[in-house]
Amino acid sequence: MIPTLRIDDLSVSFPRQGAAIAAVQNVSLEIAPSECVGIIGESGSGKTQVFMAAMGLLSKNAAASGSICFEGGELMRADAAALNRVRGSKLTMIFQDPMTSLAPHLAIGTQLAEVLVCHSGLSWRDAWSSAGRMLGRVRVPDPERRLRQYPHELSGGMRQRVMIGMSLLCEPTLVIADEPTSALDVTVQAQLIELLRAMRHEFGMALALISHDLGVVAGLADRILVMYAGRIVESARAAEIFSHARHPYTAEMLKCVPTLSGPRLARLPTLAGQPPQAGEISEGCAFAPRCPRVAARCRSERPLLTAAGAASVACHFPLPA
Amino acid sequence: MTEALLRVKDLCVGFGAHAVISDLSFELFDGETLGLVGESGSGKSTLARAILRLLRSAQGSVEWRGKDLLTCSAAELRAQRRDLQIVFQDPLSSLNPRMTVGDAIAEPLRIFEPGLSAHARALRVGAMLERVGLAAAMGARYPHEFSGGQCQRIGIARAMILNPKLLICDEPVSSLDMSIQGQIVNLLLDLQRDAGTSMLFISHNLAVVRHLSHRVLVMFSGKLVEIATPDALFAAPRHPYTKALLAAVPKIEIEAKGAAAPLRVEEPPAAGRPGGCAYRDRCPYAWPVCASTVPPLAEAATGHWVACHRSHETLIPLSFPT
Repeated sequence: MIPTLRIDDLSVSFPRQGAAIAAVQNVSLEIAPSECVGIIGESGSGKTQVFMAAMGLLSKNAAASGSICFEGGELMRADAAALNRVRGSKLTMIFQDPMTSLAPHLAIGTQLAEVLVCHSGLSWRDAWSSAGRMLGRVRVPDPERRLRQYPHELSGGMRQRVMIGMSLLCEPTLVIADEPTSALDVTVQAQLIELLRAMRHEFGMALALISHDLGVVAGLADRILVMYAGRIVESARAAEIFSHARHPYTAEMLKCVPTLSGPRLARLPTLAGQPPQAGEISEGCAFAPRCPRVAARCRSERPLLTAAGAASVACHFPLPA
Repeated sequence: MTEALLRVKDLCVGFGAHAVISDLSFELFDGETLGLVGESGSGKSTLARAILRLLRSAQGSVEWRGKDLLTCSAAELRAQRRDLQIVFQDPLSSLNPRMTVGDAIAEPLRIFEPGLSAHARALRVGAMLERVGLAAAMGARYPHEFSGGQCQRIGIARAMILNPKLLICDEPVSSLDMSIQGQIVNLLLDLQRDAGTSMLFISHNLAVVRHLSHRVLVMFSGKLVEIATPDALFAAPRHPYTKALLAAVPKIEIEAKGAAAPLRVEEPPAAGRPGGCAYRDRCPYAWPVCASTVPPLAEAATGHWVACHRSHETLIPLSFPT
């Protein structure tokens, strides 16, 4: 079976003061048809840049190497015309801020219908009615009226429903959702997670869910990738990672999150120190300076992502399964 | 916790004809951390600004150690502000980019302790930087040289340098990464333990609020709908909005998968319709009385206040198609 998305040895760097600052380093991953993969990591870990590269949306000064295959076709060196055949139709993306990703001066219906006119060759009249049906499918109340409204007339949650609807118009095989609920209130976030779950069921697309929020990812993902300092440090089934994290970074991060049931008013466990600054190069493991299990080998030799049971982990001394 | 440090009474804030906060009353005691939760637009930040008289349109009274901050003279207000400090959500934009962080932290000292020599001031700033986990020498650097977590430490240092009686934290950890959030929460807990500072801690992160608050205020559409200790609130919320809020918190436990929260899809109009309970359009338990009468905030159990007509009933969870 051909994976929906296969990324091989992807590196992305940005020039700064004559040097190349690495944002993503040697990342390889696969997303199977209909699979939901969660990508978690802190800001600057490179999680967004991996998928911006897949969408051909890296900024102009970025240098990327490696291979990105979508349904068997190479996207990395594809020209704009070839990219546009899949981008926005079979491969789509939902961004964090639904206000800035919708055009403020166009009615919702116009923006939705345009996608179908461009990619599916529908007439405006047919595209408009399809757009209305899609709004209904993403549970937007009163879709006919919403089509004629402008983004500012909708709440943040409704706008994100419109974005989700837009991403599904051409029945994509992969939707990339980059922090789709981070800008929204917790009640609205819960509704949108439910919607994404329902849409996966209805449309059967694969979903790449990028988030810094473990809770959001936990509710949806089949498999989780953890990124740290531009690399994948752990990949495992969602149930495994929350009960038996193998990489010390994953384990420590899970301890850091306050819960609704833990002790109160006590000091929270924390990860000492900061993630490495962009451009900071270490020969060994990037997590070594903060790692409670660090040994001499970690500072001199970089651990590679290797299979450890059902999971993969990039650590010389992973936690027992 | 005997004497109320801050007593907010019948506070109303409106921008034009639009009421953002209406008839809001609560007390904050000495040494207490009061958590304030609510969705965006519910008026949390407006409340913080109204308490500090950073808004002109506030009505009612904000009694601070016996003085009404809303009506006192400008000189009196300025003197009181020494004890009332605030930490903002976005740590970078709340620092002057052209001022070294040392100067930013020293600014309150220049204003309130003008007799201090430059040397003594530098020592205080250096000690404060170390207190928040940074090196004293970092005071010579500019804000852009710091990460978000470090900038938030600087914001806290600036607010704490005068040993205020009350620290208002407006979403201080929301823009920070998970591993950094814990560091800031610990810092606030340490500072409070050492200096005895009271806190009003505003956040939409319920787990963080639960972790460091002695009491929690739940705000909806400019009104307080529930006040309780975290233990009571998180174990047995009484207001339907609080229930929905708690049900919506994403759980890390994998068993949570598939369990749908009882929430309706439609969202309420930004301004609650006049008359009646502001939550009634979203409330699965709304009765006719909810549309006609505003439910008063009443004590349902000792120390547990709730503004709901049906708070005395046992309400079975309802679910709706999403």
